[in-house]
Amino acid sequence: MEKLKAKVRLYWPLIKSLQTALLLTTGLAGYMSARCPVTTIPTMLGLGISLFLSISGSTILNMWYDRDIDAKMGRTAKRPLPAGLLTPKEALTAGLLLALIGVGIAAAMDAIFGLIIFAGLFFDVVVYTIWLKRKTAWSIVWGGISGGMPILAGRALGTGTIDLIGIALMLAILFWIPTHILTFSIRYHTDYRKAGVPTFPSTYGFQFTRGVIAISSVLAALAMGGAGLGIGMAWGYLRLMAVLSAGLLVLAIATMVNPSERVNFGLFKYASLYMLGSMLLVTL
Amino acid sequence: MKQISILDRILLLATGLLAAYQIIVGVEGASTLAQTSFTITFGVLLVAGLLLIILGFEALDSPVVVIVSTLIPLSLSIGLVTKYFAEFTIPYLIFAIVGLLAIIITRYKTPGKAAVMVLMVVHGISGLLIFSLPIVLALRGVTNGGFALVGVGGGLIGIGGMLLSFLKAGKPILSRDIILTVLPGLLLLMTAAFVAGFALG
Repeated sequence: MEKLKAKVRLYWPLIKSLQTALLLTTGLAGYMSARCPVTTIPTMLGLGISLFLSISGSTILNMWYDRDIDAKMGRTAKRPLPAGLLTPKEALTAGLLLALIGVGIAAAMDAIFGLIIFAGLFFDVVVYTIWLKRKTAWSIVWGGISGGMPILAGRALGTGTIDLIGIALMLAILFWIPTHILTFSIRYHTDYRKAGVPTFPSTYGFQFTRGVIAISSVLAALAMGGAGLGIGMAWGYLRLMAVLSAGLLVLAIATMVNPSERVNFGLFKYASLYMLGSMLLVTL
Repeated sequence: MKQISILDRILLLATGLLAAYQIIVGVEGASTLAQTSFTITFGVLLVAGLLLIILGFEALDSPVVVIVSTLIPLSLSIGLVTKYFAEFTIPYLIFAIVGLLAIIITRYKTPGKAAVMVLMVVHGISGLLIFSLPIVLALRGVTNGGFALVGVGGGLIGIGGMLLSFLKAGKPILSRDIILTVLPGLLLLMTAAFVAGFALG
């Protein structure tokens, strides 16, 4: 039992639990946006399990592939793989197994749902991590597209098709991800430079990056608002969403006008809260 | 500087949740302009609460704080005037816009006595309105008695806004640490008074 606990403690950091939880939340919100107020508990469980496994599997595969650059960055050097606490083979096996089971369950539940989950996994591991991450700063677009797949998958599972609202929800996540990732890459730009990973701050400079963050925040808010209208969200909820979006926009502009580490970090944290809040409103 | 504590964060979160609730339910019978004004009031309270939780009291070092702390009484007073004294909407809206612009301009272009004077006038008038209007309306029977609670909230926000604004203007009424100690509780109390007042009114 102790051995198992020790293993779980080693594998747990590999799945980036907070990020996985946030993506899982978007998937559940996508489904509930179609089925509210009535949801099917067994389907919700299947959705949750398949998403959790495939997102975790995908994250472990990313960690497995990026273990060499993780070892070069102070922030990530203590992760189980670069620290030598787990062997690459163990991580690869775990990642493939989880991803396979996750996609398998998803495909068994619904073909479109399974296909979207697989597409998310493919874009994240193959296109983003293996192909583009070390070549171009624009790789985050593919990271964003894969991040938008859980909510699209959840919506597709609920409606049985890929509709405009699902695409708007996916776009909201796609445009929100630069706000999240770019503030992070500004905070840890020296780490990324040391590891040789091209980022927006190292390729285009800080001011351009802040401009991209501001523009993507506006687009994320517009897409989220459009999806809210499409879902038929009540005016009160739309007002609250507009207020939360305005907060995101004000912070994004503040990072451009008066850049500082504190405001940048504030935007990073607020962006996560914004997404959680928006998902809650979508499900209500 | 005083560090933000767990209790402060809980009080600010409660403030944010109450403000979010008020934004969702809105104010019954309010016109679009009044509803928008009330949304700005509670939206500023919500976002400010979240930012204080995330960034701590250091967020209050920003020069924007003076403008934000003015925005709350100004937007609330616009909402009240528009809803209950519609004939004064345009003149008061002009006063509010000019007042806000004057605060922004004097803060950045001519800081000092002029900035403090402008702040006193705009804060004073809007604060007096949000304090007295709900109480007068409740006493006259135009609204239910519970609406007077909005006035109580107005009084509390007047105190909080003045404390913050004068602290930022370099003329503190109380020490910074005392203001930061009472601020989260004050924000929660006034938000609760607003929400209760609108619900009972």
